[in-house]
Amino acid sequence: MIIDRDGSATTGIDADTRIALFRVMLEIRTFEKRAYDLFLQSLVKGTSHLSLGQEAIAAGFALAMREDDYTFCTYRGHAHTLARGVPMPGVMAELLGREDGLMAGKGGSMHLTSVEHGVMGSYAIVGAHLPIAAGAAWSAQVRGSGQVSVCFFGDGATNIGAFHEALNLSAVWKLPVVFVCENNLYMEYTPIAAVTAVANPAADRAAAYGLERILVDGNDPEEMYRTATSVIGRARAGEGPSLVEAVTYRHGGHSRADPAKYRPESEVKEWMARDPVVAYRAALVAAGVEEPVLDEIQAAVLAQVDDATEFAKASPPSPAALIETDVWSDGGSAWRN
Amino acid sequence: MAELTYRDAVAAAIAQEMERDPTVFFIGEDVAAAGGAFKATTGLLERFGPGRVRDMPISEEAIVGAAMGAAMTGLRPIAEIMFSDFLATCWDIVANQIAKTRYMTHGQISLPLVIRTANGGGSRFGAQHSQSLENWAMAVPGLKVVAPSTPADAKGLLAAAIRDDDPVVFFEHKSLYAVKGEVPDGEHVDRLGSAKVLRTGDDLTIVALAAMVPRSLEAAERLAAGGISAEVVDVRSLVPLDTRTILGSVRKTGRLFTVEENPRLCGWGAEIASIVADECFDDLDGPIVRITTPHVPLPAADELEDETIPTIGRITSTIFERMG
Repeated sequence: MIIDRDGSATTGIDADTRIALFRVMLEIRTFEKRAYDLFLQSLVKGTSHLSLGQEAIAAGFALAMREDDYTFCTYRGHAHTLARGVPMPGVMAELLGREDGLMAGKGGSMHLTSVEHGVMGSYAIVGAHLPIAAGAAWSAQVRGSGQVSVCFFGDGATNIGAFHEALNLSAVWKLPVVFVCENNLYMEYTPIAAVTAVANPAADRAAAYGLERILVDGNDPEEMYRTATSVIGRARAGEGPSLVEAVTYRHGGHSRADPAKYRPESEVKEWMARDPVVAYRAALVAAGVEEPVLDEIQAAVLAQVDDATEFAKASPPSPAALIETDVWSDGGSAWRN
Repeated sequence: MAELTYRDAVAAAIAQEMERDPTVFFIGEDVAAAGGAFKATTGLLERFGPGRVRDMPISEEAIVGAAMGAAMTGLRPIAEIMFSDFLATCWDIVANQIAKTRYMTHGQISLPLVIRTANGGGSRFGAQHSQSLENWAMAVPGLKVVAPSTPADAKGLLAAAIRDDDPVVFFEHKSLYAVKGEVPDGEHVDRLGSAKVLRTGDDLTIVALAAMVPRSLEAAERLAAGGISAEVVDVRSLVPLDTRTILGSVRKTGRLFTVEENPRLCGWGAEIASIVADECFDDLDGPIVRITTPHVPLPAADELEDETIPTIGRITSTIFERMG
């Protein structure tokens, strides 16, 4: 995969935003590594899909969003949830299935949601949330709220019918929605190129909906931030939807059970050399940011993750009393009188 | 009281609620300019404009997905799926997303939406445009399921469904659209989760839904002529289920017959039979009998279809036989 880079990676973005991009990426990186450690200790049960290597997309978009904009993401959603400012302790406690989790343990890793932060859900059926994100954009449009709905999904989702239905409807209705394909080159275990008719599964299909072809380096947080600012701005101005393909790479397997042995060693090596967190730190240093400033952020983030871990571990298991709550809006689950 | 057709009662309910609540929107295939494939939404576009009554592409996932996204962000959408059979094309959004999101998010997200759909047989449309699928929805925690049998209920229950803060799948029976009946004047809002005793009787209880209700009433008439007194209960709402009314009737009559249009296995009547067997076994004077469509896809030809779905004749003769 060859991506044109404009060579001006650190231009046009103010110093505070650059530091914020670094910090959010680091928060995600550190959190995800800890989540993985906690799997190994059997403290996190079930499955989980980490965003290690894909942090730049979440950070770049979240920082370009307005506080009341909507995020819709997939089961690989820890990164987007954290990037919108959802406090780490509740997220970590949710992964551990504890009472103080974001959803008190009723959703788990694949369904992180925090409506007060605009995180309108993490959806675990591939492609399902694209039409739902379009619906939230439709609501914003008719309410005249100026909100934009941003929907993140993997390359695999571009081959499911809901992708087509959502893109078409959003284009026809000129909805304020941004579809962001995080192309990490693999749909679960299979190379996306082996099962897709076009080389760039999202960008090459934009024309089918009358949309601009947008192909960007998903490992470059500043390119992501600039792209996000532009497409979100267009959506907010009533100019309709965008489809962005951000090319990136998973550092680990699809889910925790996957050692990702199907990927050629040379490919892994090449992408690990382009680690977005390491590369961005180097870029900031090259641009004149003092190393101690970055070290201090790193230490603060580690302390934050440590605190979240301790909080989650100390939180009691979710009580059985929650099992029959919140099926209905009256708070209960009664289906008969 | 005005006399309305079932289809006009549907349109009247939507109009009543759109008039009252500006957050109510209505989307679906051919629902606006064409007034709906069954003409159940005629006049709504003219009255409320294309901003609130919108034609959709043939994209069922986008229809119910858009309704879901809108419902979680402040609207109260009504989405039409033209034939209930097409629910299969968007069942992920209905069963995995709409039904479960409130629970999974620990109550953070409410989904006040209605999915209206034309359900049931009798139109010679064949196996993919005639199914009775209430039990699909009934099997999924998080969905309310309603199926009216009269114009008054079509209006009152649809209005109640629109006002309800939970997702409701509203099954309209396509063979009832042309049926006329009295509908209360003015604002009419019924209550979900309430069954209705439409005919009182002493010897047995017939529990029926949607198009099987008028057939059961006619069967009760014929049974009466043969000296058997049947009580007829219209279930109206499968979730929530008014078991109190059903159990009360069975306790009185001592016998239960369910009349179901769905194919045999796991029909809604099986759940009711189970509840009755469990909770008023001692009141039963004989076995619970389910009268259903056999476990086959529906055939298209008129004479075949007519013999497949429970007929007045089959309901009557089965009851005579089993009461004998």
